[in-house]
Amino acid sequence: MYPEYMRKSIKKVEKTRPERLKLARSGKAIFPMMSEEERQEVLDNFHPDYKKDARKKVRIGPNKGESITTEVVDELEAYSRIKPEYFDLKHPDYETDVLVIGAGSAGFSASLLAAENGADVLLVTKLRIGDSNSMMAQGGIQAAVLPDDNPVLHYLDVIGGGHFDNKPDLAKALVSEAPDAIHWLQELGVMFDRNEDGTMLTKSGGGTCRPRMHSARDYTGAAICRTIRDEVLNRPDKIKILEHQPVVELIKDSNGNVAGAVLYHLENRNYYTVKAKATIIATGGFGRLHIKGYETTNHYGATADGLVIAYRVGANLLFMDSVQYHPTGAVYPPQILGFLCTEKIRGLGAQPVNSNGELFVHPLEPRDIEASAFIRECTERGMGIDTPGGQVGIWLDSPLIEKLSGPGTIKKNLPAMLRQFERFDVDITKDPILVFPTLHYQNGGIEINDHCETSVNGLFVAGEASGGIHGRNRLMGNSQLDLIVFGRRAGIYAAQYAKKAKTVALTLSHITEYDKEVEKIGVDKKHISPMILPDYTPASVKERQHTTDYQGTLR
Amino acid sequence: MPKNVPMMKVYILGEGFDVPEGSTIISAMEYAGFQLTVGVGCREGFCGACATLYREKGDYKLQAGLACQTVVTDGMNIAQIPFVPAEKPIYDINKVEPDIEAFKTLYPILFRCVGCNTCTKACPQDIEVMDYVQALIRGDIAKAADLSFDCIRCGLCALRCPAEIVQYNAAILARRLTGKYLLPKSPDLEKRVKEIAEGFYEEELQKLTKSDKETVKKRYYDRDIKTG
Repeated sequence: MYPEYMRKSIKKVEKTRPERLKLARSGKAIFPMMSEEERQEVLDNFHPDYKKDARKKVRIGPNKGESITTEVVDELEAYSRIKPEYFDLKHPDYETDVLVIGAGSAGFSASLLAAENGADVLLVTKLRIGDSNSMMAQGGIQAAVLPDDNPVLHYLDVIGGGHFDNKPDLAKALVSEAPDAIHWLQELGVMFDRNEDGTMLTKSGGGTCRPRMHSARDYTGAAICRTIRDEVLNRPDKIKILEHQPVVELIKDSNGNVAGAVLYHLENRNYYTVKAKATIIATGGFGRLHIKGYETTNHYGATADGLVIAYRVGANLLFMDSVQYHPTGAVYPPQILGFLCTEKIRGLGAQPVNSNGELFVHPLEPRDIEASAFIRECTERGMGIDTPGGQVGIWLDSPLIEKLSGPGTIKKNLPAMLRQFERFDVDITKDPILVFPTLHYQNGGIEINDHCETSVNGLFVAGEASGGIHGRNRLMGNSQLDLIVFGRRAGIYAAQYAKKAKTVALTLSHITEYDKEVEKIGVDKKHISPMILPDYTPASVKERQHTTDYQGTLR
Repeated sequence: MPKNVPMMKVYILGEGFDVPEGSTIISAMEYAGFQLTVGVGCREGFCGACATLYREKGDYKLQAGLACQTVVTDGMNIAQIPFVPAEKPIYDINKVEPDIEAFKTLYPILFRCVGCNTCTKACPQDIEVMDYVQALIRGDIAKAADLSFDCIRCGLCALRCPAEIVQYNAAILARRLTGKYLLPKSPDLEKRVKEIAEGFYEEELQKLTKSDKETVKKRYYDRDIKTG
């Protein structure tokens, strides 16, 4: 329940609602879209990426000298968790054609297609299979399917949203294969929202010029991810699964190609080695680095492991200077601080308004623009609403949805959101939602080409861990799409590569070399990466953990 | 956590810890110094990794919930369940027919449902679990798919079921059969997939990928916008 002082502001929102409803029904834009100049201005002044200290130069590795997000640089400029001399690489614990690291929708798609193309697959993951950001995506997946839409328009949206920095071949692959990706998922049994005649129910998303967001209520990511997980579980003949075993380093062969990985079992604390002809990183993003102290929508294991291990074998990173803050993270009640409030809420007609109930931005600008406008409203303009816990936010007027489309619309289209807030005594059909930008997505990543190949042979990447598809800002619904399109591609091309790959002696000498570089720049010996899991232990407890070198799961 | 929050006692693995009022079970465990490696996942109620049994002070009832979505109460006793080792039959979705026979073959256990409704009471998503089991027994697969839609595979239904039914695994089969066979197909989708396969948009896309930034920018800002 909202405290009394917030109720006063809600009253103002209710007062302006009829006028805003009229505006929404008029069919005209409810607030003007920003011009190119206005967009740049709001980004420069308010987006967290553009703040001082947001970036710094990385001093070692393939991107040496380049400005990258500060918290990412700290992960890259760190020692390995392992001592290479402890490992007997002549006798690996597992051997496989294709090793897939990460069990979200990209890892599942890759595993299925690699298996279909004749490869034996080993799928390894840090948490349980499916416990991933893929599962948490709510709003939708883009594909240009409707008659007045087409892949060319989709391409323009992708490129414009990414500030024209995207790798064109990747954007082209994304939009060209989108309808086929939806078709593949439908044939595997994903229950996309459809009309009785079969027409897909689609909505607009931020920065799209057509309503092309396909959804499965507001469990779209879950509906996709659990369906392809079930399919993966139906292929035990070709796909072997190891859970709770994150990869902590990649292994190379004497030709310099990636040829497997080192796993760390989170429960028995053993290390295991995998020899693989081809390796696919599908480890997702970095939300749990809590960049610039932001809360995050990401799952517990999103700690940039893939970036770190790929960087140590020499893979190039791309656009790692940009971070996506989702405009609408929950800021109240405190139990759900930072949680995702899907863009579909705005897609269905909810409007962002300030403490006086006034509109101040078009509801569906690209995410970085929208988020920056929210921050401007709460800081420079002082029109946000403070919470008892010290946060600030603006209202997302969700009751408007039912005024526009009738009672029951929220229950039908946003069951997850309704339930999430109900659990903490807020009824979003009656009261607006208090939101502020939250750390959401890694726009860049390990650079790939349209075969998902990296700058190192034998190493493929798919999903959020990859860089290039979305430029410096991803649009809603293009991540779910990217997981499927590039997950499948990675599976196909890795299986093809595995057929030709020659197996030669394995080595971890690159780790020894990398650690020397880290030492040269004077990094504290205790600083190791990948982080694996964030540490939320309070200081009062740490003081008593005398025998614990407490960093991530290293005890 | 804001300062000066009142504290309350919770029992984790039987031992009492003082934690801030308003904590969820996960944040309470972390506050007490447990670094979780299993029994934790998305932390937002979508993945089902944090199934938890708990008992409230003075109560005999064992209750079930998600650790990331349940706020602790004073004197609460907590035990987490990392996963449920339930059976999952293997099948080829292309060969399973969307009718009752599929469930008779793959999930014969469903037909032992005693109608006690314990599964429904255990569900942290408030799904009418028993109703969808009954729908499957009747062969109404689309109904079961609809009722079970918000399932997150935490496994609490199966864990509490006296008839040993694996409700949540049967439910994903129901949804897949519905999505694949029972919902109407989109005519636009088939058409667009075919167009693309025939290279309909290839030339224009190729041209765009080769165009300079300014040309693409102009086309972007000039494109007409239709919302829906």
